[in-house]
Amino acid sequence: MRKKIIATTSLAGCFGCHMSFLDIDERILDLVELVEFDKSPIDDIKKFTRECDIGLIEGGVCNSENVEVLKEFRKHCKVLVSFGECAIMGGLPALRNTVPIRECFEEAYLHGPSVEEANEEMILPNDEELPMILDKVYPCHEVVKIDYFLPGCPPRADLIWNTLYALVTGEEVKIPYEVIKYD
Amino acid sequence: MDTKWIEKIVDRYGRDKTRLMDILIEIQQEKGYIPSDTLPVIARMTGISQAWVEQTVSFYHFFRREPSGRYAVFLNNSVVANMMGRDKVARTFEEETGCQFGEVSEDGLIGLFDTSCIGMSDQEPAALINGKVFTRLTPFRVREIVRNMRAGKPVEELSTSGYGGGSNALPLIRAEVRNNIQRKGPLLEENYETGTVLREKLRLLTPEEVIWEVKLSELRGRGGAGFPTGLKWEFCRRAKGEKKYIFCNADEGEPGTFKDRVLLTEYPGLVFEGMALAAYAAGASEGILYIRYEYKYLERYLNHVLEEMRKNNLLGKNIAGIEGFDFDIRLQYGAGAYVCGEESALLESAEGKRGEPRFKPPFPVEKGYLGRPTIINNVETLCAAVKILYFGSEWYRTMGTENSKGTKVLSISGDCRYPGIYELEWGYTVNDILDMAGADDVQAVQVGGPSGTLISPEEFSRIICYKDLATGGSFIIFNNRRDILRDVVHNFMEFFIEESCGSCVPCRNMPWLLKQKLEKILSGHGVWKDLEDLEKWPEIMKINRCGLGQTAANPVITSLRNFRALYEEKIQKGRCFDEGFDLEKAVEESCEVVGRIPLI
Repeated sequence: MRKKIIATTSLAGCFGCHMSFLDIDERILDLVELVEFDKSPIDDIKKFTRECDIGLIEGGVCNSENVEVLKEFRKHCKVLVSFGECAIMGGLPALRNTVPIRECFEEAYLHGPSVEEANEEMILPNDEELPMILDKVYPCHEVVKIDYFLPGCPPRADLIWNTLYALVTGEEVKIPYEVIKYD
Repeated sequence: MDTKWIEKIVDRYGRDKTRLMDILIEIQQEKGYIPSDTLPVIARMTGISQAWVEQTVSFYHFFRREPSGRYAVFLNNSVVANMMGRDKVARTFEEETGCQFGEVSEDGLIGLFDTSCIGMSDQEPAALINGKVFTRLTPFRVREIVRNMRAGKPVEELSTSGYGGGSNALPLIRAEVRNNIQRKGPLLEENYETGTVLREKLRLLTPEEVIWEVKLSELRGRGGAGFPTGLKWEFCRRAKGEKKYIFCNADEGEPGTFKDRVLLTEYPGLVFEGMALAAYAAGASEGILYIRYEYKYLERYLNHVLEEMRKNNLLGKNIAGIEGFDFDIRLQYGAGAYVCGEESALLESAEGKRGEPRFKPPFPVEKGYLGRPTIINNVETLCAAVKILYFGSEWYRTMGTENSKGTKVLSISGDCRYPGIYELEWGYTVNDILDMAGADDVQAVQVGGPSGTLISPEEFSRIICYKDLATGGSFIIFNNRRDILRDVVHNFMEFFIEESCGSCVPCRNMPWLLKQKLEKILSGHGVWKDLEDLEKWPEIMKINRCGLGQTAANPVITSLRNFRALYEEKIQKGRCFDEGFDLEKAVEESCEVVGRIPLI
């Protein structure tokens, strides 16, 4: 049986979900027996080199680049999984959703304590090279179809492992209470 | 800051933290809002934390934290109001005042606010202005009212409309509210003089015999849940506790319900007598009528009726000469929260807290108000109990169906010629009722309010009774010109989003998610999967703590079940995914702010 191919990315996230992924510890040795990685920060492949079986998405969608990457993932992956609170619901970045976008920019670039004196010309970044900011942070499933959702902030390593293992082997996923309890 | 006036108010309620609602209502009425600097004073004097005061204040719709205008207009946005032309009325208010809903005019004179159903569905569009009710509003009348506001007239003189009939015209009420009693039955029949049961019957009956008689009548709670009344009274009688309470639930907040308003206007003596009767049966000494803020205009009148009853020895000590039968009643106003109609939320509210339902058990008959045994009955139930004691349970059992004895007062509104209240024996079909109300060309009927069922003509032969179509009394009729999804279901979901107390996660979030789905479908982006989601997701609502939360998805569930074709015709065929995400639109605002041309 050919190895399944996995791609991962972090959109508007903190990489915490990827860190939790690495918390599978020595099982990573089992994992490399089961899968190969394509586009992913784990192996630093920047562009898809082939069609993938599973795509793991961390983080929500806050700018036009996130949209592009997410759509690429949908195009190249048979199964897409939102993993973590931000991908599923927008998470912390989505706190800005209740604040008008002008106020967000002004706080970030003009009046925030860390930029107050640094930005004397009072510039709001508008270079064409920069991604455009969306009106709000979207959960991934409001932009493309998502097949599975792994809750948690971050999801526990065991939950990520169990899910990947089930997806790769075709066995039923094990979700004991301990891996989805949060208090 | 001068705090004397606040101290006076708090002192008037004995610095009692459980009277926080009354304290806040007085401040709200005195100032038109609840100034922040009053909170520490209240907290200090009543011995609770400021956060406690704050959480109560923030829970209720009619407690405002900012000045809300010398005239605060609360215009009902219920489904029936919309059907009767609310939109034009609202726009006229905005044009005439120069401010939008949710704002106060620049000169601070007039504030415009939305509010949920105010119990006037048979005379919409209706508004509350500084607590006074204005019904059957039209753009012309709005212009007149705003003109009078600008002239500084007192709220009593804003309208030139005549007073409504019956007690509405009494000097103590003076409201333009109409009773619209379209059909009388044994409950509404004026064949009974208030106090007769207390005066003549009780001396011959032990409390156990009273309970027995109510049990024999098979009377069940008329608020909607239908719990056997006699059993409830018996539980409370048996419960251990020195002090027991009788509550009358007059918080009718279910959109489309207004029968309790009419009962309280025309039969308040009967209601209070029913409370005294329950008190005799259960051995209670204190009664509280919990009444919604929207009916504040009845306050002076109801207090006057209580005063008269005290004078006639129908309340107070040794009532009707029965040694040891001491019982008195006071009013407890709410401040605008639908969920307070849920009995345990009502108790929380009456204790001065947020109206969040309690976990059950224990039930209120064991641990209710202030932790003591408490009976909570609907207004109509109490009226029925009095008549049962007077005419006998045999008489009562001759009416209705096998499983639903007696009568039910329905509140009928929407597309019909004769909206109003109808007292009917249980057992009529929906078709009968539509005939009575003069409704033609009917597309759908909402039975039991938004938390009830939306039924289609195929089900109009169903029978109004506990076994088939149970209802707390609301009956809203929609004709074929109405857009069921846009006008009805969407409005109901907005209602539940607004009124969820927020305690249980599914109730707090699911109505919002369902509304989003619905909007997606209405905008033409829906796919089959969305219908599947709408069917599956609401299952989780069962885990909500209270009956209101458990039914908050009913508008979607029942409309999808009975009007599936309306959904299906809006679904895109041959597409399995569409979230309606529009990148161009999503970046528009940010590009404008930073000054760049969106390149997509």
